Amino acid sequence: MTVLLSIEGTGAADRSLVGGKAAALSLLRSNGFPVPRALCVTTRAYRRFVEAAGLPAAIARELGRKRFEDMRWEEIWDAALRIRGLFDRAGWPADLREELGDGFRRVFGDRPVAVRSSAPGEDGAKASFAGLHESFLNVKGPSAALDRVRLVFASLWSDRALLYRKELGLDPSGSGMAALVQEMVPAERSGIVFGVSPSDPDCAVVEAVWGLNEGLVDGTVEPDRWTLLRETGAVLSRHAPVRRKWVVPAASGTGVADLPEELAGRPPISGEEASSVFRTALAAESAFGAPQDMEWSFAGGALLVLQSRPVTTRSKPGGGDDRAWYLGLRRSHASLVTLRDRVARELLPEMDREAREMESLDLERLPDADLEEEIRKREEAVRKWEGIYRSDFIPLAHGVRLFGQFYNDALAPEDPFEFTRLLSGTGMLSLERNARFADLAQRLRADPALAETVRRDGKGDADFERRIDGLFREYGNLFGSSGSRAGRRGVSRLLLEMSGRPKGVDAMAGRDAGALRERFLSRFDGDARAFAAELLDLARDCYRLRDDDNIFLGRLQSARDLSLEERARRAEGRDPAEAAPRGGETSVEKLNDASGTAPEPKPPLLETPSFLQRDRQLVGHPAGPGYARGRARVVRKDEDRFSLRAGEILVCDAVDPNMTFVVPLAGGIVERRGGMLIHGAIIAREYGVPCVTGVPDAVHRIRTGDMLSVDGYLGIVTREEG
Amino acid sequence: MEDAVALEQVVRKLADTQRLAVLCTDERGSPYASLIAFAAAPDLKTLVFATPRPTRKYANLSGNPRVSLLLDNRSNREEDFAEAAAATILGNAREVAGEERESCLALLLGKHPSLSSFARSPNSAVFRVEVEAYYVVNRFQSVSELHVRR
Repeated sequence: MTVLLSIEGTGAADRSLVGGKAAALSLLRSNGFPVPRALCVTTRAYRRFVEAAGLPAAIARELGRKRFEDMRWEEIWDAALRIRGLFDRAGWPADLREELGDGFRRVFGDRPVAVRSSAPGEDGAKASFAGLHESFLNVKGPSAALDRVRLVFASLWSDRALLYRKELGLDPSGSGMAALVQEMVPAERSGIVFGVSPSDPDCAVVEAVWGLNEGLVDGTVEPDRWTLLRETGAVLSRHAPVRRKWVVPAASGTGVADLPEELAGRPPISGEEASSVFRTALAAESAFGAPQDMEWSFAGGALLVLQSRPVTTRSKPGGGDDRAWYLGLRRSHASLVTLRDRVARELLPEMDREAREMESLDLERLPDADLEEEIRKREEAVRKWEGIYRSDFIPLAHGVRLFGQFYNDALAPEDPFEFTRLLSGTGMLSLERNARFADLAQRLRADPALAETVRRDGKGDADFERRIDGLFREYGNLFGSSGSRAGRRGVSRLLLEMSGRPKGVDAMAGRDAGALRERFLSRFDGDARAFAAELLDLARDCYRLRDDDNIFLGRLQSARDLSLEERARRAEGRDPAEAAPRGGETSVEKLNDASGTAPEPKPPLLETPSFLQRDRQLVGHPAGPGYARGRARVVRKDEDRFSLRAGEILVCDAVDPNMTFVVPLAGGIVERRGGMLIHGAIIAREYGVPCVTGVPDAVHRIRTGDMLSVDGYLGIVTREEG
Repeated sequence: MEDAVALEQVVRKLADTQRLAVLCTDERGSPYASLIAFAAAPDLKTLVFATPRPTRKYANLSGNPRVSLLLDNRSNREEDFAEAAAATILGNAREVAGEERESCLALLLGKHPSLSSFARSPNSAVFRVEVEAYYVVNRFQSVSELHVRR
């Protein structure tokens, strides 16, 4: 069976064997185009690999836990990570390893290679998979190349590829993956050419960057851009960016570096070179019979074609096509570092300033007209920050994902979510807030007279009340209300409930994070170790910021709600303390669900004319290890949260990030929203509360009072009889 | 996760496509499993099967009419973990006679015409199971119950 083909020989081979990229390069080579020397690891090798490791069934089981349409993107990412973990842990069959390794050694010796995906059905005229699968540059030695080929195989099952195939109606279980192993081109300058501009059929576009192409393809490096008239090749316009970065080979792989000053001042290629790139694309167009989208490089002054595919209706210069959303699901390390710094140094401090300013204003003393102006200002501010929450805060989660994938590729752990244990103990504000909650509960526990006062009057002594004021002021939005009497009563009731159970629910605060960190870092040396440490720090920052942002947004929402309450109070002529609490129109929880692929869940129909349905065992995701048994408390409305009793199983659509102080009170948590990295799951793990997420229609299928067992190891919730 | 309509379809498909089911009876306090050919009524509320009288299951049913049956579509491949569905059935079995026996035989032989001489033999008993509930398992570990409305 043919598992390895030389690029010279693949032209006539079946595309389903070598994939689109290899077939195209083979055709170019046989037409005399300059292409790097390459081998193709065929889809037969893929089949042998996955079958020897029993992967098809394991993948089917992973993707079959729930209906695909019931899965949110976050759950698909989780599933993709688990599947990648299966590939990480699967070994090559010995004969296959030998055959491929010998082949690599024979052709490339110890010279570095690029390993690229070449999926069958990829790069046809209708759909472009460009960028959806993995590519690795500067891979050194046959053994490293085999590791990378394995990851290229796994990328058939990446979240992006799964979603994109689903949109195109393709079934990945029937497809395979080939990999192209190409001699690494030491490119001084690189770029892309679109033989026809997707936005103007009379034009072509050439984009160029200094160094390797990777930065252009993933959006880290902004290119110089030439627009040429197809008919004559004349340059119509040229766009020059501020050139700051380039991608260069590192000890292994590649790295983003500052562009040396002498290069930053000039374009990577001349107008004449842009024309020669364009002429190459035109020549390829006649060879293929369709305009091409090509990646190219100049090395030692010579032009080389790295890959070529038809320009599709979906392609656009700058990568901004329909794939953009899917590609955006993975952010480059560089862009995440920029994002992290912006959120930590600019955005959150600015929110803090705005919230402080609002909080310092005495609303009761404002004349009516000024109050209206203040309300308008606060509503505007909340809208603005909710927008930034979506555009800048939610993507922070990619910093965690990037680390997770890196950790798994390096350590191949049995538990693909082991990496989350390195993320605890970051000093999240919500845990700080919850600790202060616990302190207040402790006061009640220690002082029965005070507890009795609170139980009777709904409030305690002056000091106790001052502390509750402090909680509302510093953390805002504790109950979708902001310190009105109803909100305070809810807080008091919860504190009493917490005081009724023994202390000992402190967050675990990263008990073993230090040892795990050392174990992780010990796998790397030198630069690689520094990079690993940097990725871990980035992930920890993103993890913490992604939780802290909720507190800041909650404070702003709370300030807005207070101003609205004041307006309502004036209209009804009531005492300030009696103002009705207002829930925010958009809860933080809702904002977090915006990226979901599943539609707003409707209650399922649980009967037919002949049968009544009763769900016994509900399958979700094991998001917080542990086992718990208790009565269900189904939270469907805000007020329901007040009713949670110690030890009950909290069943909800999603744990609102601003409500996580009830988590230590719960015996277990069951959520409809799925994912390992959602707030409910993060907080549950911090407190060691068993948690299952992604249970479809949880709040409809489970009733308050049901006896539940929550298996946070397997992700299963069982409703017991009676 | 399925709603009731979809679950009923899962059961219907199992009842229509599977020729055999596992029948569990009570053998003096111990469970006893046997493989039987069965047929389900269109409303899925009744199942029928036949057995010669000198069998253990016949003796067991004479002592205790409570039964449990297992219907499944496994194919003895690894993929079953993700793809197979099963239904555990709870109900009461009762031997039928006269016209009722004839209508039950028609249901059974409509599905298994080759069993005609076996089922029509004078020494074969025909049983009718009044189903109380189906416990449906799919996606490896997802379990929902369908209780018959009477």
